[in-house]
Amino acid sequence: MGQTAQSAGQRGVPVIVLEAVTKRFAAGTRPALADVSVSIDRGEFVFLVGASGSGKSTLMRLVTREEVASRGEVTVAGRDLNRLPAWRVPALRREMGCVFQDFRLLPGKTVFANVAFALEVTGRSRGHVRTAVPEVLDLVGLGGKEQRLPHELSGGEQQRVAIARAFAAKPPILLADEPTGNLDPSTSVGIMRLLDRINRIGTTVVMATHDSDVVDAMRRRVIELDDGRVVRDQRRGVYGSPHIRAAARLDAR
Amino acid sequence: MSVSPVVSEVRTGLRQNATMTIAVVVTVAVSLALLGLGLLIGKQINVMKGYWYDKVEVAVYLTPDVTPAERDALNAELRADPLVSQVTYESQQDAYQRFKDQFKNSPGLVDEVNPDELPEAFRVKMTDPRQFAQISERFSGQPGVAEVQDQRELLKGFFKVLHGFQITALVIGIVQVLTALVLISNTIRVAAFSRRRETSVMRLVGASNLYIQLPFVIEGALAGLVGGALAIAAIVAVKIYVVDHRLAKSVVAFPFVGWGAIWGVGALVLAFGIVLSSSASFVTLRRHLRV
Repeated sequence: MGQTAQSAGQRGVPVIVLEAVTKRFAAGTRPALADVSVSIDRGEFVFLVGASGSGKSTLMRLVTREEVASRGEVTVAGRDLNRLPAWRVPALRREMGCVFQDFRLLPGKTVFANVAFALEVTGRSRGHVRTAVPEVLDLVGLGGKEQRLPHELSGGEQQRVAIARAFAAKPPILLADEPTGNLDPSTSVGIMRLLDRINRIGTTVVMATHDSDVVDAMRRRVIELDDGRVVRDQRRGVYGSPHIRAAARLDAR
Repeated sequence: MSVSPVVSEVRTGLRQNATMTIAVVVTVAVSLALLGLGLLIGKQINVMKGYWYDKVEVAVYLTPDVTPAERDALNAELRADPLVSQVTYESQQDAYQRFKDQFKNSPGLVDEVNPDELPEAFRVKMTDPRQFAQISERFSGQPGVAEVQDQRELLKGFFKVLHGFQITALVIGIVQVLTALVLISNTIRVAAFSRRRETSVMRLVGASNLYIQLPFVIEGALAGLVGGALAIAAIVAVKIYVVDHRLAKSVVAFPFVGWGAIWGVGALVLAFGIVLSSSASFVTLRRHLRV
């Protein structure tokens, strides 16, 4: 496919770079991230794995600039986040879409309105919204369900709406924090196919997960965190060693 | 930037928060009306002071049967007095003109008075107004003099009462303003909480801070606008029904503030209300809608 070739051509351009990053939430406590260095290129698909409290969410929140690093450099889409003034954070957030375990849809709005909301509040014209929303809903496989309310949809469908909302503005980066955490395995497969499709269009996808089946099936880059440190960074990895599988099973309980 | 989502956000906000919004509007209206009233009483005092204080300090009223000789003698004696800096003779016709001028806001009254019912007088400016007692002593009993009056003294007590009203209105007004601020801050906090899902999504997708805060600030400004309009209505009602229909007809000793002052104070109060409530919303948001 032409698009794949294009994204392949862009490989090697780093879009998310952490250099010796330490994040400490309170002075004197154990850091949530300790001296973490990670570089993610444009168009990559990266799994972030590790037990709860290993620092996955903290890393994600540093990338979205919900948190600022205590030490080290964070660079996202060419922006130095340590020195990004507050008023430019919205512009940063437009470079990325975010998807969560709990979907975070607006319960009073239809599927169409939920997706349209993201475009409207970032200043897109009415005309753009009218064409872009059906387009992205088709992409996620929800064509025809525009007028449904979130509670009328299955969990998998709700997550598709959330992905549509995150991707409606075609951001170059998609961050997914445990997107399959609330879904059964067969539904998860569908969501992963969708994320894979979005990645193949050229979007950098970073997904934090506990779901070993998903990671093993995809065979993409895996970065494993343990106690705030990177303990593994593998090109085409699997979920991990027996000890992290055991930890994941404990978390799932 | 399309406007419609902001409008719909404002509409939902007001509907979800109807009772709080009503409380805010009423409090804002009461506080602004009291502030406006305080300002207008101040203007009323100035209207009267401007008329009497600055022009004349002492009036030597003449008896209706004063002779030209007595008048000339008094004139000469006043001008010779070292305590007197300026003397103006006021005929009955002059007095009538001044009266008409003074009560132009109370038309019915002017029609009821004839020029010959008003006394002629010498208007005297003193080098030192505190020496009034000496002047009074010298001229009070002289032939042709009906009365020597220190008009400042006459008005002092009255001004004191008015001033008391003004201070009371302003103090209660300011307390009400503080109440309104707390109430607005609370309302906006509740509004921000009840719309936290929407605002968190907005932040997530990169809506600008202005865009996120605008609906709340507009809500505040609207409350200020409606409250201010109600306050103006109350002030206008006081002017029409209390001042014009009652006081101006029965109290004849002084003129009242005109419509110019009313609209001036009204505009001020409205602007203050809008600025106050929108900035209160904005400040609250800075604390409760962090990026």
